[in-house]
This record gives sequence, structure tokens and C-alpha cells, in this order.
Amino acid sequence: MQKGSKLVNNLDWTTIFIYILLVFMGWMNIYAAVYSEEHSNILDFSQRYGKQLVWILFAFIIATVIMLSDTRLYMVFSYLFYGLVIAMLLGTLVLGKTVNASKSWLQIGSFGLQPAEFAKFATALALAKLMGPYGFKLNNIKSYLKVFVLIALPAGIILLQNDTGSALVFGAFIFILYREGLPGWILVFLIFLVGLFIITLIYSPISILVFLYILTLVVFVLQTRKYKDAFRFTFGIVGIGLLVYLVSELFDYKMPKSYYFFIPVIMGIVIAFIYGFANRIRHVYIWAAFLTVSIMASLSVDYVFHSVLDVHHQKRINDLLGIESDPLGWGYNVSQSKIAIGSGGFIGKGYLGGTQTKYNFVPEQSTDFIFCTVGEEWGFIGSFVILGLFLYLLLRLIRIAERQREGFARVYGYGVVSILFFHIVVNIGMTVGVFPVIGIPLPFFSYGGSSLWAFTILLFILLKLDSDRFGH
Amino acid sequence: MQLNITTDKKYIISGIIILVFIVIIVKLFYIQIVDSRYKFSANNNVLRYITQYPARGLIYDRNGELLVANQVVYDLMIVKNQVKPFDTLEFSSMLGLTVEQVKDAFEQVRKQKGYSPRKSVVLLKQISDSSYARLQEVLYKYQGFEVLPRTVRTYPRRIAGHLFGYVGEVDESVVKEQPYYQQGDYIGINGIEKYYENQLRGVKGVNIFMVDVHNRIKGPYEEGRFDSIAKVGKNLISTIDADLQEYGEKLMINKIGSVVAIEPKTGEVLAMISSPTYNPELLVGRNRTDNFRILQNDSLKPIFNRSIMALYPPGSTFKVVNALIGLQENVLAPSTRYSCYGRYTVGRGVGCHNHPSPLDLEHSIAASCNTYYCHVFRNIIDKREFSSIEDGFNNWKQHVESFGYGNKLGIDLPNELKGIVPSVNFYNKYFRKGGWSSLTIISLSIGQGELGTTPLQMANLVSAIANKGYYYTPHIVKDIEGNDEIDHKYYEKHVTSVDSSYYKYIINGMDLAVNAPAGSGSTARIAAIPDILVCGKTGTSQNPHGEDHSVFFAFAPKDDPKIAIAVYVENAGFGATWAAPIASLMIEKYLKDSISRPYLEEYLLNANLLDRRAKRK
Repeated sequence: MQKGSKLVNNLDWTTIFIYILLVFMGWMNIYAAVYSEEHSNILDFSQRYGKQLVWILFAFIIATVIMLSDTRLYMVFSYLFYGLVIAMLLGTLVLGKTVNASKSWLQIGSFGLQPAEFAKFATALALAKLMGPYGFKLNNIKSYLKVFVLIALPAGIILLQNDTGSALVFGAFIFILYREGLPGWILVFLIFLVGLFIITLIYSPISILVFLYILTLVVFVLQTRKYKDAFRFTFGIVGIGLLVYLVSELFDYKMPKSYYFFIPVIMGIVIAFIYGFANRIRHVYIWAAFLTVSIMASLSVDYVFHSVLDVHHQKRINDLLGIESDPLGWGYNVSQSKIAIGSGGFIGKGYLGGTQTKYNFVPEQSTDFIFCTVGEEWGFIGSFVILGLFLYLLLRLIRIAERQREGFARVYGYGVVSILFFHIVVNIGMTVGVFPVIGIPLPFFSYGGSSLWAFTILLFILLKLDSDRFGH
Repeated sequence: MQLNITTDKKYIISGIIILVFIVIIVKLFYIQIVDSRYKFSANNNVLRYITQYPARGLIYDRNGELLVANQVVYDLMIVKNQVKPFDTLEFSSMLGLTVEQVKDAFEQVRKQKGYSPRKSVVLLKQISDSSYARLQEVLYKYQGFEVLPRTVRTYPRRIAGHLFGYVGEVDESVVKEQPYYQQGDYIGINGIEKYYENQLRGVKGVNIFMVDVHNRIKGPYEEGRFDSIAKVGKNLISTIDADLQEYGEKLMINKIGSVVAIEPKTGEVLAMISSPTYNPELLVGRNRTDNFRILQNDSLKPIFNRSIMALYPPGSTFKVVNALIGLQENVLAPSTRYSCYGRYTVGRGVGCHNHPSPLDLEHSIAASCNTYYCHVFRNIIDKREFSSIEDGFNNWKQHVESFGYGNKLGIDLPNELKGIVPSVNFYNKYFRKGGWSSLTIISLSIGQGELGTTPLQMANLVSAIANKGYYYTPHIVKDIEGNDEIDHKYYEKHVTSVDSSYYKYIINGMDLAVNAPAGSGSTARIAAIPDILVCGKTGTSQNPHGEDHSVFFAFAPKDDPKIAIAVYVENAGFGATWAAPIASLMIEKYLKDSISRPYLEEYLLNANLLDRRAKRK
């Protein structure tokens, strides 16, 4: 009995309250999205809102079971869970059912399950197990390799299932890595590379090249204050460029115009290395390396974009960047989603008053595009409130993670934050046209048993760990 | 130190999360509040406006006979998105078209401005009844097609095309200026249809429905709160006497010219004929554009409404105006006599014809003596009280204009011309200031020279004479259903500048012109009708386009004028030859509804002045 009251006292009820609120509002919106005059009974189990009610009930049971379980279970069996999920993922790859071109459903009787949803928390647990102990330091290749394998294995299998969206979620674990010792500049550099990727899609490689070169030079000058060298260097590179141009004109080599830029830049990098070596300036190496990697990344964008990404990914990215517009084709989802949300205005059209969602203009509106219903019926105010709730939840979870004494619980906490953050931001971001369309659900909101249960398990394991933070 | 770094990291992670949320909120703010585009798109998505087209008002004649009615036709509409592949051959043959024509129609639809594959657009306009009957039975097989009934005009009597005008699709410019109209709406383009468009068209209604993504109607929007019911157009009762109009059109067959008949007491136009005329049914329906082009290219200009748009010199009929002005100005007395030896000899001179001499005022009208009016005109212009010819001329001009000349009368038809009464400036420019005198402009005395009047103005003049000094603005619609009265200007009496006491001499002269015994020199004896005292005046208006126009105007009966009429027959010679008998027959038709002189009717119906014209050429 004493143990029970201790559990009740130590539980983070704020988080639980937000969780219940979000699940409830999610259900209301699913009801609104599916709503029609013919089916208005909330207990109609042929309709999605009826089914969701059942999923929610199960989710509460799962949450209670986790609350009553022993924390050590998760610590001890982390790798077992992880192994089990990997096995399920592989099983799905072989036996799975194909829905919307991705083979991510495992059919058990009449019941469909998406193992990818559960792979997220299992991976978070495994990472916690690996990185939690005091002795683990992210300062050698071996540690990075272990972490990388743990993350890449499920992500890779999910990618093979053709469920790119879910696979990308695993990229969010970069937050754990950062928190546990990954140097900040790598995070910055990765963000820079993503930015570079996007810019390269929009602008020509030559202008990117010029941009990168100027950026490097500016940083170099700021850091070393060697103005003269920087100017000399620039003159030298322009000179080489002119020379290449003259040579190609005089001797009639028919080389592509981009060579006038690439040859001097490559020579420039070589010269920079020699210069840095001769003057014993370490920064030069770093910045020359930065320039090299950036240029290679930039040049590889074309290849990655056209060979690695599927056509529908390319189209969605192009649509987002405004390179290509096709509001009735590839851009249909996003354009209809924006219309629905945009038409909500400041205060919305009122609950069940949305026309765009009610008359099915928005596809997937009870799953991936559930936020459209919020935007249309509850307006900017409602959207703001829900975003605020999500933000508050995330900040609260960071606080919870930080107050853990055990490395395991802290790492796991950041895992939860990473997964939820990625889902929330990418899901809502795609409905308003900030991110390309990636089919991942909005936590606690979207219709679907697997995702609701997976997020419930994810969250409540953390809450259970948190409630035990003074024990053991 | 270690601790410090990790707490920093906590804040950096929190910062990144907050930053990304702010980006999303800003974007949300932008699409939900700043950018209104999405709201329009949402309405376009979900609301379907179905226009209810009201039936256009009908037009009746003065006796209640239906002259312009409505007929239902069917427009074939498509919603491109819903069209499934179908048997084009069967479909085309059902419509009586070739496969190419149907494909062409599809192509045309796609090129239309504002075309949307999700909206209902017209594929084929006004398909025939038989096509519709065939199509209706199998329409369910063709998804995305529907048939929309619309009304077009039909003309039971097939008369008075010029008066009614026609109805056609609105121009883009009209759509821009008047938001009531939308592409594809119908509008009155000429005649009464144009002038009374606002009354005839009624008010369109609209039903707003909500549709789902498949364009299926899910129910009325906001329980129909924003729906409006179409209001049927107002019916008009015109002043036209259908029988008289038809009879006039018959008499004018194979002649070019115009007849206008007015009821003097009210200014109501009883008949208005412009010849050659056309069958108004030609300008209805799918063939309208083709037929219009044919009519427009016709050298005889059948579409041109001569009654209000052609300018003719008034010719000798104008002498009565000069006589009235002379009496008013006291330069002429009823007993004034001038001798005529076949010519007015002053200056270049004006020729006259053979008649007894000297004549007094009444007989000068009956015999239409040119010399007499040269004297009268010069006396008016050169009257001693005026210090200059300019003052004298202006005085004359004012009198003339008080009879409705030189300005638009204001009939309720579009495109009326105002006619020409020359001004002092005109002569000062044409000659030079001080370089002209009453003698220079002597042609005006007999209605030639720089004068131009429409047949309507001529009829209005007779009307004013019949009323002894006033007229009501001629009009063609006497009643608008639901309105207590028509435009107020049609109830206003316009009084001429000549005192009513002078009119009896003119009327007596016009009586003599028609009814004096043979040998008296009377010019219009052919116009006399047994039992009816017709007062008339002939004219032969010289013109630069070939032979003289035959002109006649008259009113009857003398004591209680019920009809005033003006007739122009182009290039037909003396007024008495053609214009006078036409006027006479029409007066008889109107007053007695029977023709006592079938030989005269025969003579006119058989006359083909177009042949004569063609031979001359």
C-alpha cells in the first residue's frame, strides 16, 4: 500500500494530464474528420472514431500495466525488446502486407500491426542501455560505431519496407547523441549540410560554389585576421580561372563552362593545404576540409536526389520549395491541407463545422492529416493551443530527463523527446507546408491503434522510470 | 565545468525545439490570418452556385396579343472530371453531329476562360428538341453530362423585328462593367429588349450547395440562408397594333423606306416599319450569329431601323412648318397670296410645278407651291425686327426645334438619331460670316438643303399638327407589369412655339390636299378615304442618292385625330405615287379595320420598287 501511494506521489501528473487531454482532443478531431449526419453515434464501431475509442481504452490499460510493472524490467530486457522488434521488422519484410506502397503492416488474424511504430521505443531503450552506464563516452570511433549500428539497423529495415517517413524518425536520435557528448559543431555542420542540400535544389551549383567559397573565406578572415592572404588567395583563384578560360579558348578544348570554376577551386584547396602546412595554421586545414566536404555534398545532391529518392519524394520536395507546382497532382495533399487550415481563419469554423475536411477534400485526414481538422474547425487559436500543449509537453519531458539520476533514464528520456519532436514537427509542418509530405502520424492525435499504443508505451515507460528516480 | 556544458546542451536542445515551433506557428499565422487566398479556394472547393435563370418578360401588343414569347431550349453541360470514356459515335449521332464536331466542342470548352474540370460548363448550346428527347433517355449512361433548360425568344407573329431587337449572350465588356452578368448570360442587344433589359430580364436566383470532393451535392449551404429565388421578368405591353404593323410591313414589301404611325393624343407608336424588314426568328438560337452576319452583309441593310436611324430631307411636307412659323411671326396671313409662274425667280431661283395661281395659304399647302414658301421663308428670316440674318435664322431654328426636329425625341428605343437642323455656325463656316442670306439658304423653305429628319420625327410633326400645337414624346411601351406608370417623360406635353390658333389653316390646307375636287391642283387626292376625312401633305424629297424619295404624312380623322402617320419610300419619286396610298391604306386599316379599295392594295402589294432600282443600276 505504501508502495502504491509512493507511485502516485512520484508520478508526473502534469504530463499524464497533457497526455489525456491530447488523446481526447485527438479523438474529437477524428470524430469531426469522419463525421457525417448518417453516422453520429460515438459508439459506432464500424466508424473510425468508434474504433479509436477502443484503441484509447487499450492504451489506458497499457499505461496502467506499465505503471504497475517493475522498472528493472526495461533496463534488463532492453536488448531483448530491441531484438524482438528487429525480428518483427524482418518478419514484416517477408510476410507483411502492403499498404500505400509500403510493406509495413504485419497481419495477425484480423488485426494489423505496424512494427515500425514499436521499433522507435525499443531503439530508444537499447540506446539508453548502451549509453546510460557511466563508463560510456562518445569520444571514440568504437562508441560511435555501436550507436550508429543500433540506430541504423531498424532504420535500414524500415527503409527497405519502403516506409521512408518512419525511417527518417531515427535521425532524430541525433539529440541523444548531442546531449551525451557529440560535439556541437557536428550538429551545426549537419544542419548546414541539410540547408546546403535544399539550397542546391533551388540554385545552380556554380552560385552555391561561389557562396561556399565566400563563406569559407569570411570565416577564415574572421578567425585569423589575415586579410592580405585572403585577398591574394582570391586574386590567385580568379587568375587561375581566367587562365583556364584563356587556355580553353586558345587551344579550343571544348570543356564545360563549370570547369572554369572547379579547376581553380580544386587548385585553390590544394594551395590552401600547402599554405596552411607552410605557415603552420591549423584552421586552414579545417576550413579547406569544410569547403571540400561542402562542395562534394553539394555536387552529390543531384545524384542523391534523382537516384536515391523516389519520384514522389522528389515531387514533394520540389512542391515544397516551389520549384514545381501541381496542386491537382503531387501537390494535391498539401494544397488541400493548406486550404483547409487556411480557411479556418482566426477562430475557426466551429466544431464539426469544417467543410473541407468533412467533405473529404483532404486525403488521409484522420491519420496523417488530422491537424487539418484542428486548423479548419478550431482556427489559429485552436492550432496555437495545441502546438503550445505539444511544446509544453516536450519541454516538460526535457526537464524530466534532466532530473534523472540514472544515465539509462536520462538517455531514454531524450529518446522520447527526439521521437515525439520529430513526429510533431514533421507532421504539423507538412500540413502547413513547412516540411515535405512524410507519412508519419501526429502523436496521440492520429487515428490508429499501433501508433497510439507505441506512443503511450514510449511515454509511460519514461514516466515509470521517472517515478522511480528516488528508488534503487 | 562538465555540468555546465550539459546544462547548456539542455538549453540548446530546448532552443532548437522552440525555434522550430515558432516557425510552424508563424506559417500557421500566415496561412490562417494573413493570406486570404485559402478562404476563396475553400469556398470554390466546397460551394457550388447553381443559378436559377428567370424567364424573360413577355411583350404584348396594345390589344393584348402576345408578340414576344419564350420557348425552352436545352444546353448540354459537362463536368469534365466526371466524364468517363463513352461511345463518341453513338453520342454524336444522337445529337445529330459528327464525331469531329463533338470533339471540337470539347476542345472549345477547354479553351474557355476560367474553365475548370470540376465545374459544370456548356458543351453544346440549345440542342434541338428531338436531340434532347433522344438524349434524355440515355443520359444516365453518360456520366458527367447534364441538360440545363434555358429559355429563348419566339415570335408568334414574326413582325416588328426592329422594334423588339434580339437577345444574345453578353459581351465580355458588359460582364466586366456590370457584375450582375456572367459569361454565358443572355442580354437584350437591340430594340425593346435592350431598352427594357432591366425590366425584362427579371432577377437571377442562386442556390448554393455544398459539394464533396467528388462534386456530389451534400446539401444546401447554411440551410439555404444565402439562396435567392429567381424573379420572373416583367411583361411589357407595347403600343404597337400588331395588325397595323403587319399590314404596313406587307405593304412595304419590295420597297425601301419607313412608316411610322402615332396616336396623337398619347404619343403611342401604333406601328413602326422599316423596310426591308426581317423575320425576328432568324436571330434566335444557335443560328443567330450566322443569320446576323447574312443580314448585316445585305446591301439593303435589313437590320438598320430606318424609322429612327435614317435621315431624310423632309421635302415639301416641311412647308407646313414654315407656314406655321410665318403665321406665328406675323409675316404671313391666311389670306396672303403669292403669284407663281412656275418658278421663284429671285437669285438662282426655285422651280415649281403647274398649279392655279395666285394661291392663298390653305391652297398653297394643297397645291404645294414652292414659290409661295420661298416668299414665306424669306419673310421669316429677313423680318425687320431682327438686326441680322443670324438672329432671324436663330429665331426660325428655335421654332423648328420646338416641333421636335434636330434633337432626339426620346423614344424608348436605343440608337435614335437626332436629325439635322443647321446652325448659324454651320453656315458661317460653310460660306463665311456675312457671306450668306435668306436667298442662299432658300432650299430650307421647301424642306431641302441641310435638313435631316427621321421618319419618327416626321410622324411626330403630324401628330403635333393634329393636336394643334403639342405632342407627347413617342414611345413604344405603354405598360410595364407591376409598375404603375412608365417613364414620366412620356406623360409630359411638349408645346410647340406656334400658337394653337394658327393650326386650323394648315389643317384645312392638308384637308384640301387630299379631299379637294379634281383640277384644283391638290396633290394627294389618292389618299382620300370614303367616310374618313384624311388630312395630308405630300413631299418629294430630293436626295443625292438617286431618284427622289416619296414622302407623305397625314392624320385622320380631321376632327378627332386618332392616327398620325409618316411614310417614306426611298427613290420612289412623287409623294403621291407611293407614300400617299400606303398611308391612306394604313389609316383605313387602323380606323375601319377593312379595306374599301382593294385595287389600291393590289397595286401596292404588286409593286416591286427594288426591281426598278436594280434596273436603274
